[in-house]
Amino acid sequence: MSDTQPGKQPGQSPAAADQAPAEAEGTTKTTVPAPAGPVDAGAPATDALTPVDPRLLVREQGFAGYLTDFKRRIKGGELGSIPVLVGLVVIWAIFETTTGRFLDPSNLTNIAQYIVGPGLIATGIVFVLLLGEIDLSVGSVAGLTAALTSVLAVKQDLNEGLAVLLGLLAAGAIGALHGFFFARIGVPAFVVTLAGFLGWSGLQLYVMGNTLSINNISGGVVQGLNNTYFSDIAAAYGLALVAVAAHLGSQLLDRKRRRAVDLPHRPLSEVLLRSGVVAVLAFATAWMLNQESGLPLGLTVFVGVVVLAAFVLKRTSYGRQVFAVGGGVEAARRAGINVVWVRISVFTISGFLGGLGGLFIASQAGVADSNLGGGDTLMLAIAAAVIGGTSLFGGRGTPWSALIGILVIQSIMTGLYMSGSSSDAVQSMITGVVLLAAVVIDSVSRRTQKTAGRA
Amino acid sequence: MSAAPVLALRGISKRFGAVQALTEVDLEVRAGSVLALVGDNGAGKSTLVKTIAGVHPIDDGTLEWEGRPVTVARPQDAQHLGVATVYQDLALCDNLDVVANLFLGREATRGKVLDEVAMEKRAQELLDSLSIRIPSVRIPIASLSGGQRQVVAIARALVGDPKLVILDEPTAALGVEQTAQVLDLVERLRERGLAVILISHNMADVLAVADQVAVLRLGRNNGVFDVADTSHEEIISAITGATENAVTRRKARTTEAAQ
Repeated sequence: MSDTQPGKQPGQSPAAADQAPAEAEGTTKTTVPAPAGPVDAGAPATDALTPVDPRLLVREQGFAGYLTDFKRRIKGGELGSIPVLVGLVVIWAIFETTTGRFLDPSNLTNIAQYIVGPGLIATGIVFVLLLGEIDLSVGSVAGLTAALTSVLAVKQDLNEGLAVLLGLLAAGAIGALHGFFFARIGVPAFVVTLAGFLGWSGLQLYVMGNTLSINNISGGVVQGLNNTYFSDIAAAYGLALVAVAAHLGSQLLDRKRRRAVDLPHRPLSEVLLRSGVVAVLAFATAWMLNQESGLPLGLTVFVGVVVLAAFVLKRTSYGRQVFAVGGGVEAARRAGINVVWVRISVFTISGFLGGLGGLFIASQAGVADSNLGGGDTLMLAIAAAVIGGTSLFGGRGTPWSALIGILVIQSIMTGLYMSGSSSDAVQSMITGVVLLAAVVIDSVSRRTQKTAGRA
Repeated sequence: MSAAPVLALRGISKRFGAVQALTEVDLEVRAGSVLALVGDNGAGKSTLVKTIAGVHPIDDGTLEWEGRPVTVARPQDAQHLGVATVYQDLALCDNLDVVANLFLGREATRGKVLDEVAMEKRAQELLDSLSIRIPSVRIPIASLSGGQRQVVAIARALVGDPKLVILDEPTAALGVEQTAQVLDLVERLRERGLAVILISHNMADVLAVADQVAVLRLGRNNGVFDVADTSHEEIISAITGATENAVTRRKARTTEAAQ
């Protein structure tokens, strides 16, 4: 094994390099004692004589190497998703001990149903945050989409599938419109989407007319979105198996290709360890879901969207462009990236996912009402993305943070509800504290990364 | 030297509103040679480079690329011809790693998916061939020192296999050792048969690596010198104006005082 080769993250896109570190990227490199400052400047030309530059990041053998590397990352402030995962475990442990039934399959299935709508909205927010921008309109877009779809399907007697399609198209078009004003006209995204926040919720009320809420069509598309379960246990286990196999397969393929061209690659033990962790998570979830109603359609769609988004962001040129614009607009422009198009497309995605989330919320609630998407929908979506580890400063983050973040928020809400303190007051205060903690961790870790020369 | 210059400028003029930035400038740069472009602040060096790079379209005159007249209206036009420009502010994305920066805007793909393996391999070969040493090709640019960023920026210019590389003040912000590395790199570019235009304020750097020095003064040509048979003073006096330099001014002052 090429243990003296420069450090690397096999097959990880650079984006991954700093955002989901120790957990997602494998702890395969470690520094030979070097000053804590930025990697040394004056690389002497005489280095050519020594076979290995002592300042290079060199991997150590086996798991001892992982451990030292892990420590280095923690010291360097590359926390990634670790704090929030620890937080999630703590939250679950607390509520399990206080209520005694928090981790019951029925409750977890319940949570899995509630996270879908806000989670989809948060996934769209992640895209916008990666650009270093903000989209304040997603809540209103979610409400408008649900209202539009219901009005078309129920009041106008349009085919419901078609109504859903039109609603989602409208959501995407609204996002594109925001993007146009931001990218082309140059209005700050904050202001454009603030206007959208007000305007689209107004249009939502206008579309609803004098009705306050419209019930979903019984047995219809919208109702089915978040209330369909594949109760055959083969569905959940099968999906878990496919996911694990795909994960293992892609890692092995990547390893093989890297080996073929003599690039640093992960040891087989690490590949198996990673896939093992994925397998445990996937099958534990599948088992839990099968204890209750089976695999929910909503959760499948949500996780599918997250996986697709993560793939697009890390493995395609388009994703690379999004990260580049988030990391430096001028650099991206000079590299020939069409910044205007990237920005418009990201806001389109945000609008579309906002609308999709709105439909799932309507499905969950059973009605499309005039309050849908109002209140704290927007704030929870942004909070989820940030709590999950996507930076507010642009250029760092992953769609997985939407999943983890919304899981944290929904766990707190459900747990408090079960503990009897269901008042909005307590929920809001606790969610506020968690959000603040997440942003503090983000800011502090950025500062630590700067002093460690990694930001 | 090859017959036709890679790039020839004939009577280039550029005007910004009331300011005549360039007036009938001529310039030729050949493959496998380093042309230093020097001049005082405001002499038009950056403007000239930006006209070549397509940032500012020219008002008058012609650009000839390998003997053919061409129009360069946009940065993409220049890139397609084979002009790579490394600007003073480098324009690297801090959050992306070295490989991603090297291939930004022209990623290698397999189908629709990024081919990280091919990119990393090529990045390593490219950096090795230029004897560039950085800690890892997979660390974010933010972790690199100023000199390392500069060499990465230059290496990035080479990814598209250009024929002409323009370096805008590559050593301005660097220390002694780093400057030496960048100058080594410039010589390696020449050895690869590339044409190089080097803008610099540092006369020692210029004399160390350039084959020819073109002097701009107030937006006009003020002489092209072969480094081999030109003295430092001659170039300085061309930059400042033949009769007006620190030496002559002091001389004038002392004679004035003596009278």
